[in-house]
Formats: sequence, C-alpha cells, structure tokens
Amino acid sequence: MVLGNYKSVVAARSTDNEILKGAQDGGIVTQLFAYALEEGIIDGAIVAGPSDEPWKPEPVIATTKAELLAARGTKYTLSPNIALLKEATRSYGLDRIGIVGTPCQMQAVRKAQLYPIGMRDVPDKIALAIGIFCMENFPYQSLEAMVEDHCNVKLESVKKLDIGKGKFWAYTERGAVAQIPLKVTHKYEQPGCHVCLDYVSNLADVSTGSVGAPDGWSTVFVRTQNGENAWGKAIAAGCFETKPIEEVKPGLDLVTKLATEKITKNQKTLEARATFGVGKGLRNPYI
Amino acid sequence: MDVEKKVEKTKEEMPVVEKITVGHVHLSGCTGCLVSFADNYEGLFKILDDYADLVYALTLADVRHIPEMDVALVEGSVCLQDKSSVEEIKEAREKAKVVVALGGCAAYGNITRFCRGGQWNQPQMESYVPIAELIDVDLYIPGCAPTPQQIRNVCIMAYLLLKGNDEQKELAGAYLKPLMDLAQRGDEACGCDLMYDVINQGLCMGCGSCAAACPVRAISMEYGKPNIDRDLCIKCGACYAQCPRSFFNFDVMNEFEGISELIKGVME
Ligand SMILES: Cc1cc2nc3c(=O)[nH]c(=O)nc-3n(C[C@H](O)[C@H](O)[C@H](O)COP(=O)(O)OP(=O)(O)OC[C@H]3O[C@@H](n4cnc5c(N)ncnc54)[C@H](O)[C@@H]3O)c2cc1C
Ligand code: SF4
Ligand code: SF4
Ligand code: SF4
Repeated sequence: MVLGNYKSVVAARSTDNEILKGAQDGGIVTQLFAYALEEGIIDGAIVAGPSDEPWKPEPVIATTKAELLAARGTKYTLSPNIALLKEATRSYGLDRIGIVGTPCQMQAVRKAQLYPIGMRDVPDKIALAIGIFCMENFPYQSLEAMVEDHCNVKLESVKKLDIGKGKFWAYTERGAVAQIPLKVTHKYEQPGCHVCLDYVSNLADVSTGSVGAPDGWSTVFVRTQNGENAWGKAIAAGCFETKPIEEVKPGLDLVTKLATEKITKNQKTLEARATFGVGKGLRNPYI
Repeated sequence: MDVEKKVEKTKEEMPVVEKITVGHVHLSGCTGCLVSFADNYEGLFKILDDYADLVYALTLADVRHIPEMDVALVEGSVCLQDKSSVEEIKEAREKAKVVVALGGCAAYGNITRFCRGGQWNQPQMESYVPIAELIDVDLYIPGCAPTPQQIRNVCIMAYLLLKGNDEQKELAGAYLKPLMDLAQRGDEACGCDLMYDVINQGLCMGCGSCAAACPVRAISMEYGKPNIDRDLCIKCGACYAQCPRSFFNFDVMNEFEGISELIKGVME
C-alpha cells in the first residue's frame, strides 16, 4: 500500500521534443496536460508557473500549450497550487480543471471534493489531477541558501535543479554543475513535510516521478478511471513512448524502498509528536 | 369524501417510505445557508423525493412549530436577548435526533460575533452566540455560505447512517466523523486557527487550500505560507476546516473515487 492503488505502472516519456527540452524528466505532466487541453478533456490546468523571482513558482492557470511549456521543470519550493482551485471555476470559468501537485496537494484536491467546505462547485470540476512524487519540499529561503550558499551559484544562472542519487544538483545555463550531499539539505526542509505519509501521490488520477526510470524517463502510475481514460487516449494518439516497468532499471523496487523509508520515518515523527511535551503532545491531523 | 380518499391513495403509492425527516431551523442567520441547500437544484428534488422529508422550514413550508425530526439543520446564531430564539434552539435539541450547525453563524458565530447592540429598534440585542454555547451539537458544516455539495453529502450520509445496511452505516459513520469532531473541537473560529492549530503546530505544508476556501480573500499565500488579514476575516471557520492538515481521514479519502461515484449514483 505504500504505492497506493493503481491500475497500471510503466516507464514513459513524451514523444514531443519541444516538451522534452525543458521538462524535468519524461515530460509526462506537460505532455499529458497539453494533450488533454487539445482534446477538451480539460479546459485549463493549474501549474507552477514562473514568477519575478528566480525559481520561485507562482501558481497559474494555463490554457495554452505555451503556458504549460513555461511551467516545465521542478521548483524545489512551495507552489500553493490549490489556492487557485476555486478561482479556476469562477473568474476563469473552467468546467474541467487540470491540476498538478505534490502528494499533499493531491490530498487537498480530494478533501475539497469529499468535504467541500469553502469550495463550492469544485467537487465535480476536477477532470485530471496529476500528482508528482515528492520526498520533501523547501521554503524559498531554504532553496536560496542551498543554491547560493552551499552550491555557490546564483539562482538566476541556474538552468535545472534536481535531487537524485543522494545529492542535490544545480546545473547552470553556462554548463557548470554543482552538487551537495542531501544530508546538508535536511535542516532546510519544510517542517510540515515531516508528517507526510505519501511519496508517490497515491490520490492522483495519474502520478509520475523520476525515481525508478532511467534519466530522461519517468515512472508513471495510472490510478483512477479518469486517469485511465486520459492516459489511454494519449497513448493511442502517440503522445508517449512507454516501456514495461519490469524492463527498466532500477524499476519499482527502488520506488517501493524510498516510499517505505519516507512513510516509516514520518510515522515515527508522528508518534514522537504524541508525546512531544511533558504529559502533552502535538496535534495529529490523521486521527 | 372522494377527494380525501384520493389523497390517501396517492400517499400509499409513494415509492419511498423509508425517508428520514429533516427540518430547517432559522435563527439569526441570513437564509444563505438554506439557499445553498436549494442550490443543489434538481439534486434538492432528488433528496426530497427519495431520501428526506422536509418536515419544517419556515421559508418553504407552513409548519409553524418545531416538530420531531431526525436531522435539524440549524442556521444562524442565537441572540441571548431574544427569548423566542433561545427557546427555539432548546426545542430543536429536544425534538431532533441529530443537530447540525449549518454554516458559519450556527457553528462559530461568524459575522454575528461582531454584534454589539445599539441599533434601532432593539438596541439591547447585543449578544449573539453559536448554538453550541447553549446546546450539544452533533455535527458542523462550516462555511459562509456552506457549499451545496457539502450539505448534499451530509444529507445522503445521514440517510445512509439511519436507513442504510451495515456497510453503508459504517461508511456514513466514517464520513461524518470529522464533521462531528469539529463540533467537539469548539465554537470559536478565525483565520488565526491556521496559526494556532496548523502553522504553530508544525503541520502547514503550503498547499493554499485555506486561501481558496476563504470567502472574503482574507488569506494570501506569501512565500508558500498563509498570511491572514485579520481585519478582513469574518470568522466563518472555512479555512481551517478545509485545510488538509486540520483533519485528513485516510480511511475515507483513500476511497475518494468510490465515494464520489456513490454520491453521483444516488443523485441520479
Ligand atoms: C518538491 C518536489 C519534490 C520532488 N521529489 C521527488 C522525489 O523524491 N522523487 C521523484 O521521483 N520525483 C520527485 N519530484 C518530481 C519530479 O521532480 C518531477 O516533477 C516529475 O517527475 C515530473 O516531471 P515531468 O518531466 O513529467 O514534468 P514537467 O513536464 O517538467 O512538468 C513539471 C510540472 O510540475 C509542476 N511543478 C514544478 N514544481 C512544482 C512544485 N513545487 N509544486 C507543484 N507543482 C510543481 C510544474 O508546474 C509542471 O507542470 C519532486 C517534485 C517536487 C516539486
Ligand atoms: S513531502 Fe509531503 S507535505 Fe512535503 S511537499 Fe512533499 S507531498 Fe507535500
Ligand atoms: S490549507 Fe494548506 S497552506 Fe493553508 S494552513 Fe493548511 S496546510 Fe497550510
Ligand atoms: S480567514 Fe477567511 S475562511 Fe478563515 S475564518 Fe476568516 S473569513 Fe473564514
């Protein structure tokens, strides 16, 4: 259950070179939204777009492929995508919303659907929720410290950020590569991430991440009927190259291992919170 | 004579006998909660056709006094200086199996928290309290206004809880539990809840649900964390209730697809 319910899992990448050029991994998110937009499966998607500060995302409602392309790539800092969820059905007039987000944001989407307390008309308008894998996230000032202080490169000059193989990587526009061990980054993590019990976006329609698949490829879980409909059509339309997950290295074993580690560690944090004080504990949102 | 017979006959042929009885009790509210219920459009007719008889609602039906009922949807807070309001809320508690605080005013006081009297022609009417100040409340539906979909879900689940088979009862119980827990948690709400019970507790993960939920845009996300304009806040309680780090019941959420289908199914 650490990987959630799913109907199928594959390794995949987009067949669109333009998308792949700036995508974090296999361009799954951008490609699937672009296709869904073209086919009318969604009429807009909430994505982490650019802002006026480097690598600080700003949630935006993309209604064109150009806007989706502008949002490619992982920003390792908070992008409060759910903040636009109701507005998407209001001034933007969307009836079929696409939304991308971390596992906690997929949880927020499902809570808004099942318990719409301040989310009138949102429940029936979620058409395609794409979740990305997530081990932890960082406040913007943490990202600044990690990149500018520890990696010693200006955020403005960074072309790509990545976490992989136990390291945090910063690639600059002019070709330099800086990396620091992940253990240096731990103290900068967002504290709220330490009670998070989901690694692979268990509650998304389709979820995707880099772990498990080779560089330039993504691991993709297709989870719900909505997800299967969109994914099946996109495959039939030739949007993706796929490989059975059993045939790629390191495959599902590594995904399972990392998911288990995250959940076990954070379960412990939750338990410690229960007795955090003297005869007193901190709140547990799950009970 | 003939007419009476006819009426009786039609009654006997009604397809659903196992409906629950629901009433709408209007205290110091604005009727927006009831409008929200009605904004289920044909869904409201479906609920009234198959699952619930509306036995009391001064806005919609000519029943003058609070009858016995399974579920009382109470809208509005209580004015302590208005004798009949105080009596009415007590009577609602006596007559209803389940008392629901419908909307921010009944649950948390909401805008009536700001009342302080001094207006013609009852300048002495200055004290307004959420209903849980005076009676035990079983369940909260926060929000100003509460959403049509949340009211619909509670009606369906209350029906399943009272009239369903064992499996349905279990599902309905699990679904309603966090809304019952909210009723136990207390009757004070504010954007500050996000500080006290989420951020200060080390639980905020910056999703932005609170900002989306706020009806008055009092919450903006700054560097990924909510910033609350407390002078704009009307104390409705939506932000905290909608926050995925207030309650997140995995047993129910993991079944989101099935439950959404179920709700869609029973409303068709
Ligand atoms: C904080 C964070 C931690 C992650 N940790 C892991 C991990 O441990 N293991 C793993 O396999 N994968 C992880 N990922 C996912 C991975 O980095 C890629 O985002 C994912 O594989 C999608 O790549 P893609 O090529 O399909 O997407 P692209 O086509 O490049 O599109 C990426 C999409 O993600 C959105 N996005 C970018 N940043 C954010 C953000 N901060 N919040 C919400 N949406 C955002 C963009 O708007 C864009 O639509 C993480 C992502 C984030 C944001
Ligand atoms: S670790 Fe969990 S809480 Fe933190 S950003 Fe990722 S999904 Fe959200
Ligand atoms: S809704 Fe999201 S951003 Fe707002 S307090 Fe809760 S976790 Fe934080
Ligand atoms: S901040 Fe907004 S949502 Fe929260 S209690 Fe105040 S008015 Fe309601």
